[in-house]
Amino acid sequence: MAPGTTAPDAASPGPHAALEAQIDQWRGYVRRREAISTADVDEMEDHLRERVEDLRATGLDDDEAFLVAVKRMGTLDDLSREFAQEHSERLWKQLVLVGEQPAGRTRSWRELAVVLGLAAGAGVATKIATSVLDEDVVALNAALLVLPFLTAYLAWKRQVTARVVGALVVPFVALGLVLNLYPFEPTGSTLVLAVLAAPAVVWAVVGVAYVGGRWRSDARRMDFVRFTGELAVYYTLIAIGGGVLLGLTTVTFSLAGVDLEPYLDTWILPLCVPAALIVAAWLVEAKQNVVENIAPVLTRVFTPLTLVMLLAAFVVLATAGDLADVDRELLILMDAILVLVLCLLLYSVSARDPLAPPSFFDGLQVLLVVAALAVDAVALTAMLTRIAEFGLSPNKTAALGLNLLLLVHLAWSAVLATAFLRGRRPLADLVAWQTRFLPAYAGWAVLVAVVFPPVFGFV
Amino acid sequence: MRIDKDLVAASATPLVLGILADGESYGYAILKRVDELSGGRMQWTDGMLYPLLHRLERLGLVEASWGTSDVGRRRKHYAITAAGREALVERQAQWDVVAHALQQVWRSAQDGLQNPPRVAEGWA
Repeated sequence: MAPGTTAPDAASPGPHAALEAQIDQWRGYVRRREAISTADVDEMEDHLRERVEDLRATGLDDDEAFLVAVKRMGTLDDLSREFAQEHSERLWKQLVLVGEQPAGRTRSWRELAVVLGLAAGAGVATKIATSVLDEDVVALNAALLVLPFLTAYLAWKRQVTARVVGALVVPFVALGLVLNLYPFEPTGSTLVLAVLAAPAVVWAVVGVAYVGGRWRSDARRMDFVRFTGELAVYYTLIAIGGGVLLGLTTVTFSLAGVDLEPYLDTWILPLCVPAALIVAAWLVEAKQNVVENIAPVLTRVFTPLTLVMLLAAFVVLATAGDLADVDRELLILMDAILVLVLCLLLYSVSARDPLAPPSFFDGLQVLLVVAALAVDAVALTAMLTRIAEFGLSPNKTAALGLNLLLLVHLAWSAVLATAFLRGRRPLADLVAWQTRFLPAYAGWAVLVAVVFPPVFGFV
Repeated sequence: MRIDKDLVAASATPLVLGILADGESYGYAILKRVDELSGGRMQWTDGMLYPLLHRLERLGLVEASWGTSDVGRRRKHYAITAAGREALVERQAQWDVVAHALQQVWRSAQDGLQNPPRVAEGWA
C-alpha cells in the first residue's frame, strides 16, 4: 500500500481505537433488530458518543464510559420493543410470525392440512360446477365458487368470533341467491356487468375476514391492501411456474404418444387454478416479508414509465380533434388506466416510511396522478357529450360511476400529496384517505351487481 | 429519590414539547435538559426518548431535520410545530388540574395528621 493513502487512524491505532471498535460492535447488535432502522441507529450512535464524551470529562476511562453509556441507553430487547410499538409497519409480519411461535410446529402442520383441504375444496367445487352448469352460470358464480374457501382459511387463521362468521356467511348467501334468481337475458350487458362486479363484492367480504372483523381500522385495511398486492404477485409467480411445468409435461407425454390436451381444460385447469389461489394466500401469510420488498420496487419501476405513457396519451387525445364517435370502450380504457395509477399510488404509499421527508419520487407520483386526471378529463368530456346524445346504457353508467369514484379518489389524493410535499400535512392523512375510500368501490360493485339488473330490465 | 416509572412516562410528552418550545434541539440535549430541570432525579432510559420523539413526529407535533454536529456527525434535530404548541397548551391545562387537585389532597392529609379525627380520640 502506498504511504499516505491510509487514514492516520488506521495506520497507527488512535487513542480511542478500542472504544471505536466497541461502538461498531454495538451498532452491529442494534442494526440486527428489525424494528430499528439505520437512521435510528445513526441517531442513537450520536447520542451514545456524546454521552461517552461527557462521562470521560468526569474522569472515567473509555471502557467505563462506554459501559455506563450503553447501560443508560437501555437493553436492546426493551428498546426494540418500544421501537416496534411506534414503527409497527416495519415489522407487522414479524409480529404475526413471532406471535405464533409458542404454539410450535403442530400449528404449522395443522395449517398446512387446512390449506390443502381448502385448496382441494375450491378445486373440486369449480370442477363440479364446470361439468354440471352452463358456462354463463359458472362465470357468474366464479367468485362464489372459489373465494368462500379463501375466506374460510382467513377466518380460521384469525379465529374470528361467531358474529364475524355471520357477517361473512350472509353476504355470500345473499349474493348467491340474487345472482342466480335474477332472470338475466343470456347475452345481456347486465349479466356481463354482474359477472365483473361480483368478484369485487366478494373480495370486500374476503377483506372483512382478513382483518378479523376489525374493518373500521385504517391500519388493518392497509394490511389488506398489502395482502392483495402480494397475493397478486405470488399468484402470478405460481401461474407462470405451473404453466412451464404443464407445458413440459404435455410435451413429454406427447412424445410417448399420450395427448394431455383433452384433460387440460376438463380436469387440470378447473382443479389447479382455484387451488393455487388458496396456496398463494397461505404463502403470503407465511412469508410476507419476501414480497414486501418487491411491491415497492415494482411501483418505482412503473411510476416513471406510466407517467411517460400518460403524457403520450394526453397529447394523442388532445390533438385527435373530434372524439364524439369514440365508444364506451374509451371510458372502460380510462377506468383501467386510472385503476393502474391508483394501484401504483396505493402500493407506494403502503410501503413508504412515514417518517422519511418528501423525496423526488413523491413529486413524481403527484405528477403521475395529475397527468392521469388530465387524460381522464379529456376523455370524460368526450364521453359526456356522447351520453347526452344517446342516453345511458348499463355499461356506460357502470363505467361512468367507476370513473367518477376514481376521479374523486385520485383528485383528493393529489391535493393531500401536494400538501405533504409542501410540509403542510403529515403523510398519515394521505394514507388514511387511501384506506377510507376503499369501501366506496365495494359499495359501487354491490350497486352494479345487485341493483343494476332490475333497474335496466335484465337486458 | 426515584420517580415512579409510570409518572415519568406520563410526563414525558409535555416535558419534551415544553423543552422544544424553547427552541430546536436534539435527543441528547433534550435529555440533558430534563436532567437539569429535575436536578437529576428524573432518570430516563436514554434510548426510550427516540421512539417517543418519532411518535410526536408522526402525530405532526414536532418536525425533524437532519443536520451535522460540531464534529461532523449526522444529527437529527427536532423543532416544535404549531400543532405541537397547541398540544402543549392542552397538556399544560391538564397537568394544572392534576397538580391543583393533588395539592388540595396533600393539604387535607397534612391537616388530618395534625388534628386526628374526634372519633379516634373518643375511643382512646
